[in-house]
Parts: sequence; structure tokens; C-alpha cells
Amino acid sequence: MKRLLVLGAVVLTTAALAWAGSETQPKAGGAPKPVIEKAVKGEQCVEDTDYMRRNHMKVLDGHRDKTVHEGIRTPKHSLKECINCHASETTGSVAASKDDFCISCHSYASVKIDCFDCHSTKPQGSAAMHPLNAETAHYKHKLAAQAASKISAEEMAGVAP
Amino acid sequence: MSELKPMSEQAPASPERRRFVGTAAATAAGLAIAPGVVLVQVAHGRPEDQAVSSAVRWGMLIDATKCANGCNDCVTACSTENGWTPVAESKHPRQAPQWIRKLELQDPLTQMETSLPMLCQHCAEPPCVDVCPTGASFKRADGIVLVDRHTCIGCRYCMMACPYKARSLVHEHLNDTQKADVPRGIGCVESCTFCVQKVDRGDGNTACAEACTAAGHNALLFGDMNDPDSEISRRLRELPTKQVRADLNLNLGVRYHGI
Repeated sequence: MKRLLVLGAVVLTTAALAWAGSETQPKAGGAPKPVIEKAVKGEQCVEDTDYMRRNHMKVLDGHRDKTVHEGIRTPKHSLKECINCHASETTGSVAASKDDFCISCHSYASVKIDCFDCHSTKPQGSAAMHPLNAETAHYKHKLAAQAASKISAEEMAGVAP
Repeated sequence: MSELKPMSEQAPASPERRRFVGTAAATAAGLAIAPGVVLVQVAHGRPEDQAVSSAVRWGMLIDATKCANGCNDCVTACSTENGWTPVAESKHPRQAPQWIRKLELQDPLTQMETSLPMLCQHCAEPPCVDVCPTGASFKRADGIVLVDRHTCIGCRYCMMACPYKARSLVHEHLNDTQKADVPRGIGCVESCTFCVQKVDRGDGNTACAEACTAAGHNALLFGDMNDPDSEISRRLRELPTKQVRADLNLNLGVRYHGI
């Protein structure tokens, strides 16, 4: 009985495979390749491109501990300098849109990063480009409050002179 | 006359201050870090590739007699420098982060009013570091107590442990509004960092102290408590100062005069 069952399973599997193989399936092109924007600033990365593609996370990890615990803020290997060079010219950020430097590859490789939960994605001093960046963001409530307070209660009720 | 004698009987010299002075004197003589390497200037001349050292202890002297009632400049300067939303402008004031806050106190018997800023006291023996289950809360070699947000899990034990209510948790996504030099984010505890980004840059001052000086109050003085020649050490020698909750024996980096 057991033998019969095994035989049956083998026959069925073979048949299924043969049927599947007979279908003319369109050849998949794979996911669209990531767009890698050339760094706006600078000619050469601090390490070889091939090395950085594989090891940037290790490089950043080592540097972050030195920075946080020992106060060593050398620009080489610091995330801040990565952002300074690689921020996109259009969005001014490394992670604002899907084609920005960090996001482009990470979404292709399906790697979720949480660096930018805490770190700014924009170089410092780009206030002109981004009216609501870190320089001014905490003033937006104030601005909104001022804008709202321009109309007094009397004006709203139509009794103002 | 007594001003000429810094350690006269009228200046209350605590044993720990004597210890500071001793360490600082040893430091000033020249500190050998490694064979052949001698650290000459300790406070502001640290090369950027060199780790912070315990030869420096950053501290702050707050003169409550000069702190103006109703003035909020230190708090505003802190929020601007470090990118946190002031409580008054927050949508959820009870959850809003507060790295520094102004306290207005009144003696119920004499009605005397005292105004002072309260911030992380940068204890030498910080309770927040003792209780942290992940090691995220730590004290840097130069005495600055920080949170490593890479390891913080947001459990808030440190907030419970802090006698000064100096820490807060970030409850909401900050949506890329952080300053490039001051990373901070949801689910992590944070507090005053003595403007560590400015200190590492060699500014030798904090945003709050700069703002207080700019406003003409001169109530906040930041400096190296290990350097006997620094302004803060000189003032600490002259003025009677107190540590808040001195009974806890935490050896604070923030000292108050006039409370």
C-alpha cells in the first residue's frame, strides 16, 4: 500500500512538472535595477567603491561607536560626510525619495534601515533649500499660531471696526 | 584680604573639591597618555582623532542670584541648537521633550523667589547609568552623561531613576527635522548633552550659557572643573555652591549658587 502511494506521488509530480514546463512563460526581467546617483560633491569616495558597496555598514558601525562614546568626530567614515556628498541635487536628501542614494539600493535589496529615524537625511546648512528642515522646523507651530491669530474673534464675528 | 587666600576658612572647601584641585594640578603638570605622547593642553586643544579623556571634567556653575525671573533664553537657545520643539509649541505638552527647563521657586515662609534652570546634572555617579538594562545610558570620560540611541530601547528606567527629572522620551516621529549634528528620534530617551557637538568642535561653551551671557545675565558658566585655572574652577573656589539633592552623594557636574 505504501509503495503504491509513493509511486502515485511520483507519477503525479512528474505529470505536474511536465505540464508546467509545457507552458510558455514570459522570461522575467527581474526587479528594476537601482538608480545610483553620482555624488554631487567630491570625485572619489573615502574607500574603493566596491569595498564600500559591501562594507559601508561595518565602516559606519565602527565610526559611530567612536563618535558617540569617545567623541571622535573625524569626517572620514562619518555618516554626516556620506550625506554631505551623496544628498540628491533634486531632493537635497539621501533618503527622501525612492531614487535617493541610500533608499535606491536598500529598496532593491529589500533592506530596511532605521538610520534616518534619528539622523537627518540632509546636509547641514541647507535651510534655504528646505524651509522646514531642522533649522526652522520647531518654529512651524509658532508660525501657524501667528497666522491663526491674525484674525481676531471680533473680526470673525463681523463686529470689528 | 581673605580674597588673597583662596582656601581660607570662610570658603567651604569640601573634600571632593580638594580632590578636584589635586587631580587638576596633576593634569596641569602634563599628563602622559602613552609613552612619548604628552597631552599638554587638555580642555580645548584635543585633536579630532583623539578620544575624550578624564583629564577634563565638564561642569556648569549656575548663579541663581543672577538668573532672571521670566527669562527663558537658555531654554530657547537649547531648543534651537539641539532641534527639539519647545513645550509651549508642542502639540502634546505633557509628552514634549525638555532638555532644560526653568523653575520658579518661592519660599513659603519668606516669600523669597528663586529662579533657576534645571537640566541634566551630569553626575559623576549617574543613577541613569546604573539602571540602564542595555548600557545605552553612559558617562563619557570627560564627565558628560549621554544616551547612545543605537542601543536605547526606550524602556524609560533611566527617567524613573533620575532624581532631577532631566530626561524625556521622544514619543513621535520627527520626520527628518533633526539637526545634522544632533541625531534624535522616536523611542529613545534623551536629555541635556552639555552641547556635546559644540564641545567636540572645541567651542568650550554650551548654547544655554552663551545665550545667558548674550542676554547680560551671566548666570550660567560652563567650563572644565578639572582645570584649576579655568573660570569655573576659580568661581567655585570663591563662591559657596550647592548640589541639588547633595544627600544622594552623586557628585554633580552642575553646581548652584544662591539656592
